[in-house]
Amino acid sequence: MSRLSHIPRRTAGAIDVVVIGAGHAGLAISQLLGARGVEHVVLERGEVANSWRRERWNSLTLLTPNWQTRLPGFAYDGDDPDGYMSVSELIQLLDDYAANTKAPIVTGCEVTSVRQVAERYRVTTRQGTWNARAVVLATGACNAPAVPKAASELPAAITQLTPFDYRSPESVPEGGVLIVGASATGLQLADELLKAGRDVTLAAGEHVRMPRRYRGKDIFYWMTHCGIHDESYAEVEDIARGRRLPSPQLVGSSDLPILDLNYLKDQGARIAGRFMRAWNGQAQFSGSLGNVCALADLKMQRLLKLIDETADRDGAPAAETFAPTRVDDDPLLSLDLENVNSVIWATGFRPDYSWLDVDVLDRKGQLRHDGGIVNSEGLYVLGLPLMRRRKSSFIFGIEDDARDIADHLVGYLTTPVRRAS
Amino acid sequence: MTNQATALPNGVNVEALLGAREALTEMPAAAKFVWRAENEWKSGTHAESRIQGFFGLGEEQRHVREFCFDSDHPEIFASEDNGPTPVEYVLVGLAGCLTAGIASVAANRGIELRSVKATLEADMDLYGILGIDADVRNGFNGITVNYTIDADASEEDIAAVVAQSQKRSAVFDIITNPTNVTVRINQ
Repeated sequence: MSRLSHIPRRTAGAIDVVVIGAGHAGLAISQLLGARGVEHVVLERGEVANSWRRERWNSLTLLTPNWQTRLPGFAYDGDDPDGYMSVSELIQLLDDYAANTKAPIVTGCEVTSVRQVAERYRVTTRQGTWNARAVVLATGACNAPAVPKAASELPAAITQLTPFDYRSPESVPEGGVLIVGASATGLQLADELLKAGRDVTLAAGEHVRMPRRYRGKDIFYWMTHCGIHDESYAEVEDIARGRRLPSPQLVGSSDLPILDLNYLKDQGARIAGRFMRAWNGQAQFSGSLGNVCALADLKMQRLLKLIDETADRDGAPAAETFAPTRVDDDPLLSLDLENVNSVIWATGFRPDYSWLDVDVLDRKGQLRHDGGIVNSEGLYVLGLPLMRRRKSSFIFGIEDDARDIADHLVGYLTTPVRRAS
Repeated sequence: MTNQATALPNGVNVEALLGAREALTEMPAAAKFVWRAENEWKSGTHAESRIQGFFGLGEEQRHVREFCFDSDHPEIFASEDNGPTPVEYVLVGLAGCLTAGIASVAANRGIELRSVKATLEADMDLYGILGIDADVRNGFNGITVNYTIDADASEEDIAAVVAQSQKRSAVFDIITNPTNVTVRINQ
């Protein structure tokens, strides 16, 4: 018996739509479904914004400036439009949003299975079973850290952490730290650990370099203003690659013009190539550091050049230049693991669909979907990278995607149910 | 109009390459290839390698003919110099792979190449292979590849083609990243 069973629409049973997850994506589509008069429920394993409460480090701020933060029926109107929201501020915002939109949420309701029965979905939870015509997966793209297989080769004496375990430098044992990964996470943790006086080696594979500010504006202003954030998934040449891109080397802070490998090197970090394996007491790195840095520099220059076209037209201040990434003639190929007490895997995240008993996953365990419309009628997803647009993975990017999905979903619900023969 | 009116860009069949990529995405087993070489000792440091068969697309395949390679060492190594040293073949492999990649990537990007030339240099300290200093590795300390490219494209676009070629190069990967090598003796 659910403790919320006195609220009729939240009681397990037959319903039009089940939304799984009460993060920004689930709340956004709930608002839009509510506005369209669609009967639905939002099932949340923990509390609203659960991942933000439990799976993020203390100093984390959003990569997007406050002015850009928006959800259906909500736009930021606080007094720090150019600031970057902390995690606790974001949790408050989502709590308020859930309350204001009167989202029909059942908290503490972990979904253990979704399966197709006749032409409906049976959603089994710890608080009963829902039988829905449509299901929206809003559980996010970052349910578990993606740790490479080579992690198992590390000596047992080395503490291994993921971004889910890391809270602050105190989470990391004294001694040398090897950070694997050069995305926003890897660079932010490296910066924080260097400031705490730690000995840091950062292993960098392919990465996305960009300055925080450019020609007087936040880089996200330009990326939106130039149409990059609104670019459709249908126009992207190599969509699989686009969806795999690591997060840009940014931090939500105005302290630095650019957070990049040059800056970390100046702070005392050792930069190595991609981590390949642990062997013979050594961590081994790829000899391709020079090329991954050259690729990142070329791509950043291409981005800035594209911005320049618009910025010149707008009469924006003169373009800043950013020095090419400095790579030693002889970059580190191996590191004695005697000098490493901990390894942080900043190697990205993966979604968890272990509870999804519908045949919609590809051989890599990713959902087969066309812009969020999953390969099984009535099943939808939200909040994946480059799902419908470049901005899909950002909070401000959910509104347009959720609106498209809500419209498609309403169309699906109003199509008469075919009789199963 | 002749039958073969449209020449292939850079002599690369881009359509076929893209078609193969698409087809193999649906057939992971067909993408599993095995490359082979046979080698036989001749005399001294001279050996001969032969290459013809390989496995791919689910079945045995053959080059149009057998290719033969002599390897040896120069006379200053008290050898007869019947062929390049094995380490020089590594440079041949790297250059061949990167240049093929440059032609393909450029063709795919609509860049016409007029000339692509590379010089390669690899540093090696013989203290390693001679066992004089245990801290010196046997292999190269580093490899430098210098390209001179004449093409119908900007400096940045050429740099991007060369970078992309490295990113997709098998030999670049084999050299820059660890590879397990198993050597067995047949009974």
